[in-house]
Amino acid sequence: MADHATSSLPGDRGYLSEQGWRSWALTMDHKRIGVMYIWTTLGFFVVAGILALLLRLKLLVPGPALFSDHTYNVLFTMHGAMIIFLFIIPAIPSALGNFFIPLLIGCRDVAFPRLNLFSYWIFVAGILVTVGTLVAPMDTGWTFYTPYSTRTSAAVTSLSFGLFLIGMSSILTGLNFIVTIHTMRAPGMSWYRMPLFIWAMYATSVIQVLSTPVIGITFLLLAAERVFGIGIFDPAKGGDPLLFQHFFWFYSHPVVYVMILPAMGIVSEVVPVFARKPIFGYKAIAYSALAIAFIGFLVWGHHMFVSGMSTISGVIFSFLTFFVAVPTGIKIFNWIATLYKGSISFDSPMLYALSFIFLFIIGGLTGLFLGSLATDVHVHDTYFLVAHFHYTMMGGTVMGLFAGLHYWFPKMTGRMFNETWAKNAWWLVVAGFNITFFPMFILGMQGMPRRYAEYPAKYQPLNVVATVGSWFLALGVIIMFANFVRSLRNGEPAPDNPWRGLTLEWQTSSPPPEENFHEIPTVTDWPYGYGNRNEASRDH
Amino acid sequence: MPYPTILRASEASLVSHDVDAVFIFILAIAGFFFVLTQGLLIYFAIRYRKKKGVEESTPYITGNHALEVVWIVIPSLLLVAIFAYGLTVFIKMRTPLPNATEIQVTASQFTWSFKYPDGRSVANELRLPVDQPVKLIMISRDVIHGFFVPAFRQKQDVLPGSYTYLWLLPKRVGTYDIYCSQYCGTGHSLMRGSLIVMPQPQYQAWLAAEQQKQKAGAQSPAEHGKALFESAGCGGCHSIDGSPKVGPTLKGIFGSRVTLNNGQSLVADEEYLRESLEEPNEQVVQGFQPIMPSFKGSLKQDEISALIAYMKTLK
Amino acid sequence: MTTNHDAHNGAPVSARLGIWAFLATELLLFGALFTAYAQFRITHAELFHQEHLKLNRMLGFLNTLVLLTSSLTIAVGIAAIRRGLQKVLKICLALTLALACGFLFIKYLEWSHDFHQGWFPRTNLFFGLYFMMTGLHGLHVIAGMALMVWLLIKAQRGAFSAEYSTPVEITGLYWHFVDIVWIYLFPLLYLIG
Repeated sequence: MADHATSSLPGDRGYLSEQGWRSWALTMDHKRIGVMYIWTTLGFFVVAGILALLLRLKLLVPGPALFSDHTYNVLFTMHGAMIIFLFIIPAIPSALGNFFIPLLIGCRDVAFPRLNLFSYWIFVAGILVTVGTLVAPMDTGWTFYTPYSTRTSAAVTSLSFGLFLIGMSSILTGLNFIVTIHTMRAPGMSWYRMPLFIWAMYATSVIQVLSTPVIGITFLLLAAERVFGIGIFDPAKGGDPLLFQHFFWFYSHPVVYVMILPAMGIVSEVVPVFARKPIFGYKAIAYSALAIAFIGFLVWGHHMFVSGMSTISGVIFSFLTFFVAVPTGIKIFNWIATLYKGSISFDSPMLYALSFIFLFIIGGLTGLFLGSLATDVHVHDTYFLVAHFHYTMMGGTVMGLFAGLHYWFPKMTGRMFNETWAKNAWWLVVAGFNITFFPMFILGMQGMPRRYAEYPAKYQPLNVVATVGSWFLALGVIIMFANFVRSLRNGEPAPDNPWRGLTLEWQTSSPPPEENFHEIPTVTDWPYGYGNRNEASRDH
Repeated sequence: MPYPTILRASEASLVSHDVDAVFIFILAIAGFFFVLTQGLLIYFAIRYRKKKGVEESTPYITGNHALEVVWIVIPSLLLVAIFAYGLTVFIKMRTPLPNATEIQVTASQFTWSFKYPDGRSVANELRLPVDQPVKLIMISRDVIHGFFVPAFRQKQDVLPGSYTYLWLLPKRVGTYDIYCSQYCGTGHSLMRGSLIVMPQPQYQAWLAAEQQKQKAGAQSPAEHGKALFESAGCGGCHSIDGSPKVGPTLKGIFGSRVTLNNGQSLVADEEYLRESLEEPNEQVVQGFQPIMPSFKGSLKQDEISALIAYMKTLK
Repeated sequence: MTTNHDAHNGAPVSARLGIWAFLATELLLFGALFTAYAQFRITHAELFHQEHLKLNRMLGFLNTLVLLTSSLTIAVGIAAIRRGLQKVLKICLALTLALACGFLFIKYLEWSHDFHQGWFPRTNLFFGLYFMMTGLHGLHVIAGMALMVWLLIKAQRGAFSAEYSTPVEITGLYWHFVDIVWIYLFPLLYLIG
């Protein structure tokens, strides 16, 4: 690959040069929009994390404590809804995706920069509307099942509109990325020379475009139900509450792949760089992302085995569900095989990527119990489920996000973070995570239902363990963020390519100039050409 | 209280053992892959860590088709096996049990109500005889609830507007938790109940006692009286349709003027009827033999009142 | 911004790809409503049969004609601007806009009749779906009209030519989509009970 290194002058802040709020609020630079998404989403990660700590604190004791059961219900609803809609769905795609898709494919911006800015601001508008619902806080759980959600006095109607706007932002972002990836790759970058993060983002965007409208219309129907009483989900009027669940999961199942695929993309970028080995099975990883996206649309019913859906539907959905495991397994095996005979350095991005693999294996394998009909009946809606999705979403997506934040921090900010503190934080995060969530598998197996403000005393010991674990986890996250914030100002200036990566973003300065590349690079090879090509024949 | 962890299979109900067997089967497969993948991950991470001062030289390996086919095909086959095993047990769970006693379950915020075939309704407590199949016919009065008995490994959402069913076959005596598993509002976590599985004889005894109690309490005095009229065998001597039997008919008895065999006449009020039950042969109606047994002691005071209330209805 | 995005040589391709992706989203938006319609038509066949007779088929049919004609006018407009005929484009856009107004006016007549008769979204499932589906479609018509106005203003300034007609083309695709949705709505709601 031609060397387009554009070592900037010391003190050159690149795309960050311009000052003042207008330079941010009205920017059409994908990098600045990405940065705004990072601040917004991480902000809600912190808020929702604090709520989670409060929930865990209450669960120290089985009986009434600290705040009322209703408050507990409000808090877990807010925790879930914030984490899902305001953090984990946009966190990697809208934030890191916006920043790095153009840099990784070697172009100057996304296909529709104005639409991109518009997407951000309707995201913010959606947030403002949802925050407005705090006057009558939601107590429905983030799943909003009818008819509870049509009867509660909480502000479901305005929340529906808020989430509708957020969904619109998600659709437009996905649409923008699809077009960008199709039409704006640097000269020479064929589909099979694209970084795997781009493949992952492509699959993600397709899911966003095709699944989000269904939740959009579902929210509209829910609002119409409350305002006009159309009765589609109301059994008293001949409607069907299960239809709501079908609509809801038709979106909310594929969307878990919106959450996880980009994280898998980050891991696919980080592992070869730090193992100094080509990624193992490039095409298999790329196609498995598309396969997951496709199969993901066919399995929503596995959330409904005990909902009253017919037995035959359950059987079909269960059967299809197991086929999501195949492409997921392919990725896991390929990452591990990439490590084989590598020269692995354990910098913090790599530590987070490896912990992603470690934790996601647990999350994935426990999914087998939930996919199998007989065992799902028992563990569904228990803490086993809670543990499973936190292992996939937090152990998976959030670890992937942390890997990405550490990996790309030097590129985004032009500064290095303190590696020692990053490692200290990593130990706390991973240990705290496991102490918090592993006991929940056992609690679930013993039958403790989720969303319980008060619980039978026999479950207390493991709940205490989980709560104590949450403090370690929180401490780790605090240290990590403190390290980032401190490094924004005081970090060592970052070199253009601190990790010796081969993808295009490392060929421009840190931080990148406003136009990304002074000269658009020409791509002549795939981005994983690490290692000694004489030592083994190429099988790519 | 029996609370088996998953590795010691629950024998509480017909399917609980099977569910646990599936669980252990999946656990074995998952455990194998857990050890394999995590083992390799950690082994590679340690074995191939970057060594200080050594020039890095890594091979250019981009894939291996044979290996990739292996780790697609073998997991796929195992996944089909897991699916099939889970399916068989699920079908067993959903297959109606013959001769099942039907119990109506009504869920509402935040109570379970169980209605037995004899018409009794009990809140938050379900008693079942061991080894007797039961069909729960469940409906909700408001929002969606979830009927969950962890020890039985059984769960089913309860919907407003349509019935859902659950077949249970308790296999072991004990007290088990019932939870609401589908979030239903403020009191969701307190919407709990007990499932008490009893040995057959004890269950029958309990049932009889309950039915007795119910007659005393739950019904209107007149209904209670009617039941007593039948269970105490009054109808053997007294008709309620006006025809004379061994004793005088009770049709229209209350408030009527009665002529006794000593020539006196009086109005049959509550007090007279009570005395006639306790000391039946003191004031015998003209034309009848003093042969009626006394029910003093065998009928409690409220039961006598109930019988009188019943008699008032016989017009 | 220093980058001139319009100068990117992939612009027309990206615009077309973008609008098709957007229409895919729209398809699923209405798809969910059609799914609900299908389910309740099966479970409440009797109700759907009785209630659909209350709708005014003549007005529905008239609206179908109006919308089909408007699809034709915008197609003519696109063909015209490809040959650089700006004036024809402007006439066609104005006609399309007028027809869209006509559609909404007829819809208004229908709805006010419905309300007058006491048929509201809460009346029953059929009317719930009827108002939801035609309402959402109506919103799309209004959005389309806003686009037409915007195009007319741009056309007035001479923005479009044989070389540059992208906004007209993608609006045309959108308008055809709105038309197609109605082509499904009309028989499902008015004709097949």
